[in-house]
Amino acid sequence: MARNRPLSPHMSIWKWRIFAITSITHRITGNGLVFVGLLLFTWWLAAAATSDSAYALFSAFAGSPIGWIVWVGLSWAAAQHAMSGIRHLVMDSGWGYTRRMSRLSSAFVWIGAILLTAAFWLLFQYIGPGIF
Amino acid sequence: MASKFNSASDMKKARGLGSAKSGVHHWWMQRVTAGGAMILLVWFVASLVLLPSLDRATVAGWLASPFTAVPMLLLILAVFWHARLGVQVMLEDYVHSESGRLFSLLALNFFIFAVAAVAAFSVLILAFGGARA
Repeated sequence: MARNRPLSPHMSIWKWRIFAITSITHRITGNGLVFVGLLLFTWWLAAAATSDSAYALFSAFAGSPIGWIVWVGLSWAAAQHAMSGIRHLVMDSGWGYTRRMSRLSSAFVWIGAILLTAAFWLLFQYIGPGIF
Repeated sequence: MASKFNSASDMKKARGLGSAKSGVHHWWMQRVTAGGAMILLVWFVASLVLLPSLDRATVAGWLASPFTAVPMLLLILAVFWHARLGVQVMLEDYVHSESGRLFSLLALNFFIFAVAAVAAFSVLILAFGGARA
């Protein structure tokens, strides 16, 4: 493979637009969900299967201020990744490649993800368990 | 774009191509596992809201039911499979050296299978009543 093949001279002065930000956010939230979300999800299941003291340790983390920041972050990341994933699925069909539609669907993803996250926590607090 | 000398569709031509001769399989499974994970996550999120509490007794009792354990195992399968495919694409994009790519993909596979095994085995312990106080 040619190591010194020419690259675009404009890589570093890329102008960030909403669709580019949505695209890289899909990748960042996806990897965050794997390396933070799936590890904590598995810790939760393993603690429940292990012992009262193991679950108490998990609960202490889950109910701490840092825990809450992580849960809110993960729930937003899941919503953002899901909305953005649906956008990808729709675009796989060939729809939405004009600049206008790409911009609109990106905005829809960001607003939808924030609304979904807010809706989940409202339901969790007022209908659901409320605390960990 | 279908050429005028070849009546095969773009999808037909893409099957069997790709660097590993696996064609669109990776791309397609990423979509299939995404769809499966999406359906199961709706169930999971709804369950979290509907559970009266998230203490150990409630969670363990909930997971002891086959109507929870089976979808939970399917959720683990879909999500970890999707995670593996997604992180693989990220590594293939950003790890440029041949050896670095080989080892990071190996590490990814070991990581995914190990964590998924712990998650699935935990569900099975609770489902088969093997959990202790």
